[in-house]
Amino acid sequence: MILLEGNSLLNPSPGLIFWQLVVFGLLVFILWKFAWKGILSALKEREGDIEGALRMAEETRAEMAKLKSDNDKLVAEAKRERDLIIKEAKEAADKMVAEAKDRAVEQGNKIMEDAREVMTQERVKMMSQIKKDVASLSIEIAEKVIRKELSDKATQQSFVSELVADAKLN
Amino acid sequence: MKTAYIKTAFIKVLHMFKYIYSLVFCIVLGISPAISQHTDEHAPAPAASHEEETFDIGGMIMHHIADEHGWEFTHGVKLPLPIILYTADRGLEMFSSSKLDHGQVYNDYKNEHEHIVRLNADGTVNETVHPMDFSITKNVATLMLGAIILILIFTSVSRGYVKNKGKAPKGIQSFLEPLIVYMRDEVVKPSIGKNYGKYFPYLLTLFFFIFINNLLGLLPGGANLTGNIAITLVLAVITFLITNLSANKYYWKHILLPDTPKWMWFIMIPVEIVGVLMKPLSLMIRLFANITAGHIIMLSLFGLIFIFKSWAVAPAISIFALFMSAIELLVAFLQAFIFTLLTSMYIGSAIEEHHAEEHH
Repeated sequence: MILLEGNSLLNPSPGLIFWQLVVFGLLVFILWKFAWKGILSALKEREGDIEGALRMAEETRAEMAKLKSDNDKLVAEAKRERDLIIKEAKEAADKMVAEAKDRAVEQGNKIMEDAREVMTQERVKMMSQIKKDVASLSIEIAEKVIRKELSDKATQQSFVSELVADAKLN
Repeated sequence: MKTAYIKTAFIKVLHMFKYIYSLVFCIVLGISPAISQHTDEHAPAPAASHEEETFDIGGMIMHHIADEHGWEFTHGVKLPLPIILYTADRGLEMFSSSKLDHGQVYNDYKNEHEHIVRLNADGTVNETVHPMDFSITKNVATLMLGAIILILIFTSVSRGYVKNKGKAPKGIQSFLEPLIVYMRDEVVKPSIGKNYGKYFPYLLTLFFFIFINNLLGLLPGGANLTGNIAITLVLAVITFLITNLSANKYYWKHILLPDTPKWMWFIMIPVEIVGVLMKPLSLMIRLFANITAGHIIMLSLFGLIFIFKSWAVAPAISIFALFMSAIELLVAFLQAFIFTLLTSMYIGSAIEEHHAEEHH
């Protein structure tokens, strides 16, 4: 109560109220017009910019991820195709090699068979020739023996041996 | 959720300071009789001057926290300021405050304890003439100085946004931007809601006005501006006007047709109306009392040196004063913050839509 009685501290002076109204009013007006407007709109604009940039970064990241997955898919596809081509090529090569082998074997067999046939024919021919030669030689020897008319069996024998030795059996 | 958190945090801080304030009010109550003695004693000042001069701490403190004509930085160094008077018979008069220094009489005017009175020809006070005092006092000068500082700072900050467009803030701009953004995102937006934009420039001005003047008051020779009840009165009245002029029908219904049984209305309606008036009143008293209390504590501490008449107490006093200065820096921010927060909350409660009220 002592405080409230006649204390200049608690008696607002009209002059100061007047000046406070004038100065504070002007301050509010001036700062509103020349400071807050610019500051707040700039802040808002910048926040908008930052938000936009962040959103764009997010979108870009998503796009990059999509691109990457596309790329991966492409690479996988290419790999599969490559594998397929290699496999096919291998198969084709194997087939060609197998075919060539078969053919070679066949050819070889055929050559061998031909050779065997030729040899058989040769042998047959040779045998008949030998038979013919032996027959003609026998006839010749017999002819010579008969012509000499040998009495002695031993001399005859040696003579025959001689003749046989002479005979060229080739 | 965030506002609630801020509220509880500040209630805690306020509780902490309550002890300091109660101490201060004890001091104020203790000083007040001294003031009345002081005025009584000094009325016959020339007669008593031969007595041994005793140090009057109450008078010293009251002198420092009250307004004055002219700006006395230290004893004998006084900046004269214009005195502007309006009287019905003479109209507007303006002269330098130095003309009334040391009890001099000029144009029949005399400065009686910072109260300008008209004297009769025989030297007695003319009781019929009541000069209206529109002088540029120490407080008015501080008010203008603070306003100029704020305008210079914030127009330069605003220019910074044009200059550094698309770039990071620089200098004072980067110092104040977090404060502005904090006020917007943590104080005003949660308290008022989505329509905060209309009130935000005013609330920013309010916050920085109180803050800068609290700080100016802490400077040596600074005026106790935000601890002057005329200043806080105007700020509180503006809050009252904004709150009640922008209030919606839910606000008025809550006051005039509360959701209580009808027979309770004769209690509830006066209570609600008192509540409406108490809100700005509490704003006015809180800021005034906190800042004045801080000044009184500091001055009391320094006064102790003169009371003890000893240099020996000075180191201890200095440590206390340093500690109090640090607290006063915090209080300077805190009180500006609280005033703005509460104003935002009052506006928010006045423009709140009804469905939002059910959350309470």
